[in-house]
Amino acid sequence: MTLIAETDLQSFVLLRLGDRRFAVAANQIAELVTPSRIFRFPHHTSEVEGVILRRGRIVPVCDVAEKLIGKGLKSRRFYLIAQRCYGPQTEWVALPVTGDCELINAEMTLPSDSDAPHVSGWLSHAGDVIEVLNLAALTPGPSGMAPVAAPPQPLEARP
Amino acid sequence: MRPNFPIKAPAPRTEQIILFRVSGQLFAVSSASVQEVRGVDSLSGAAKEILQPSLRKVKHVVRRGENSVYVVNAAMHFGLPPAPPALVFVLRRTRTALLIDGIEKMTSMTRLQALPLAFCHEERGWYRGLTALDQTVVPVVKPDGFLTPEEIFLLDASLSQEADAEAIRKAEENAQHDIDTSITQ
Repeated sequence: MTLIAETDLQSFVLLRLGDRRFAVAANQIAELVTPSRIFRFPHHTSEVEGVILRRGRIVPVCDVAEKLIGKGLKSRRFYLIAQRCYGPQTEWVALPVTGDCELINAEMTLPSDSDAPHVSGWLSHAGDVIEVLNLAALTPGPSGMAPVAAPPQPLEARP
Repeated sequence: MRPNFPIKAPAPRTEQIILFRVSGQLFAVSSASVQEVRGVDSLSGAAKEILQPSLRKVKHVVRRGENSVYVVNAAMHFGLPPAPPALVFVLRRTRTALLIDGIEKMTSMTRLQALPLAFCHEERGWYRGLTALDQTVVPVVKPDGFLTPEEIFLLDASLSQEADAEAIRKAEENAQHDIDTSITQ
């Protein structure tokens, strides 16, 4: 592999939702945790199931499966805790996933105009073509807060 | 030589809160926001019915000095299953009295986390934030979040219409009474 090709590689975390795999830029991932108690209270944001307590922080749980695979998750194995940008602000969101996550290095192809807003690119990995997710378009948030690039964060996996 | 005194960490600021239940769901409110706690029965004499079809959560109004205080059914406000309320919180610096099931306990919170931005609908107006108490997350309500200024305007208009209708009815009754009196004389 040439040096130029190596510098084009980026790190991604592959997550599994049912039979499909999706990718999130690794610098947006805080940690991977086993499911804990979800606290629910009245609200009108249907994409948010409730909140979990993680290291003293209250983290909203956003089930993105409905949008991505057309059905909600019946079972979940982990919560992938990711950083979601709201304008200049970043907050954690917990994404329920159904299987193990994998850290890979791959080259991302930019999305085309016809791709859905939640697609920030494409990866080719192990014979699969995998959507790279744009969490700002996928998870709910106040309108009018343009997403900015997430600052690089250390990856910390805690199954 | 000066003795080394241990450096004390500043005590965290705390806020007294009341934990209360509505249809089984736990909420918190700052105790400084609650002016009065009354039994529902004590309201029955003072409360007057109000009908505003677009605001089913308000069915009664109580006169307190110059102001009318609207009685909000908290279960209906939050979209929870109806439950018979037992208590009323009269909320300070608002025109809201809140029907609740009961008080769980009084406690204090040391940290209020802003409502995560993922919550992006009406709830942003309902809650000051969330607090973690005994490994449980409790939403802390905003006292002025139960009635928006537009809703208060609607209720005031209903009240004013009802007062006008009452005045007309009384005037008509008086007029009828005058006619009846003149006929009998």
